[in-house]
Amino acid sequence: MIALLFRDLRLAVRAGGGFGLGLAFFLIVVTLVPFGVGPEGGMLGRIAPGILWLGALLACLLSLDRIFALDFEDGSLDLLATAPIPLEGVVTMKAVAHWITTGLPLVVAAPVFGVLLHLDGAAVWWLVLSLALGTPALSVLGTFGAALTVGLKRGGLLLSLLVLPLYVPTLIFGAELVRRGAGDMATATPLLMLGGITAATVALVPFASAAAIRVNLR
Amino acid sequence: MSIWEYANPKKFMETSAWLLPWVAALAALTLVTGLVWGFFLTPDDYKQGSTVKIIYLHVPAAMMAINIWVMMLVTSLVWLIRRHHVSALAAKAAAPVGMVMTLIALITGALWGQPMWGTWWEWDPRLTSFLILFLFYLGYIALWGAIDNPDTAADLTGVLCLVGSVFAVLSRYAVNFWNQGLHQGATLSLDKEENISDVYWLPLLVCIAGFILLFVALVLVRTRTEIRARRLKALEARERMA
Repeated sequence: MIALLFRDLRLAVRAGGGFGLGLAFFLIVVTLVPFGVGPEGGMLGRIAPGILWLGALLACLLSLDRIFALDFEDGSLDLLATAPIPLEGVVTMKAVAHWITTGLPLVVAAPVFGVLLHLDGAAVWWLVLSLALGTPALSVLGTFGAALTVGLKRGGLLLSLLVLPLYVPTLIFGAELVRRGAGDMATATPLLMLGGITAATVALVPFASAAAIRVNLR
Repeated sequence: MSIWEYANPKKFMETSAWLLPWVAALAALTLVTGLVWGFFLTPDDYKQGSTVKIIYLHVPAAMMAINIWVMMLVTSLVWLIRRHHVSALAAKAAAPVGMVMTLIALITGALWGQPMWGTWWEWDPRLTSFLILFLFYLGYIALWGAIDNPDTAADLTGVLCLVGSVFAVLSRYAVNFWNQGLHQGATLSLDKEENISDVYWLPLLVCIAGFILLFVALVLVRTRTEIRARRLKALEARERMA
């Protein structure tokens, strides 16, 4: 499983893997928002948590269809499915690789983007914390969507339609955590809910993803 | 004699052919009774005026929107566990009906909200979770449409329905946390002291029964259509082989 993780990471980092594209996309979103809503710092700071969370969501979405598609086309997904490790483990590792290549860079870069959008000091750390807690759930749910649509020719748009409603609870609690953190309010509830959602999805959703892949490889 | 006998398509077709006219006629009867009674024979509310009569479409549609998803969840489970094709086809047949019910609830809600709350739309937990439910219906139907192999489609939509149910419920409680409600609480509970007045309650009950019967009739028609489409495909395949 570890070998599979490193293989996926190598594939992502080397040429044509699209590593860093998510980050660039995130930057573009952050750059475009002030053009859309005006450059006043106060307003930007107020909507920054929502913008950054939405940007993370969309950046995550962009790379989802690549998770299984390439392996499906060249047949290595069949080999992985018949390999001695359980398919649930394969799916989990794919999600981890996806998170390391798209989620983790966002978490690390979030303070910079927060500064660009006039998010004040304490809120930046809440943002980092919420993204670190929430983005694994996005990656795992994304692999589920990718597993459902892996056999389809033009699955990209359908994939977003399937995955985005599943992101609603994570987005609500993630953005709420930053908002409360920025306003010095009680943060325990959204923090615990966000962590709980991530823990539950990481634990349970791979079974659904693996079931979907088995159906698609039949 | 067990309920699983009706999973046999032949038995299902026989029973539903016999059942369908009765259900449809009964649905028409109760709907007409309930709506005429509700629209013309009940008094105006002292605060809401005649807009209170939107309740006869809004509440039954909203109830059905949720219950149809539950029905799809059950039929998907039956398909995934026992592999009865009729069950998967019933889930497929129910989805567009459920989507339209959700849409009816949203639109009548907007029409009711405009005079009462002064706004067509508010990001209230109930309204928002219905919008999310609508998106789940859309995704479910789109996934059915996107996959060619019927068994693969049934399996994948079944899995999506299971996961979607969990997240639909989760979203319902998440939006509660996210914003204060404008929508009133439940007034049809069986265990509460103060409920809706009997004058409105009785025709509403008839309307709810009418919507349920209408749904059963529509699902029977659509499931029969799906089964016939399957049979046609099988016949065509047989002819090509011969």
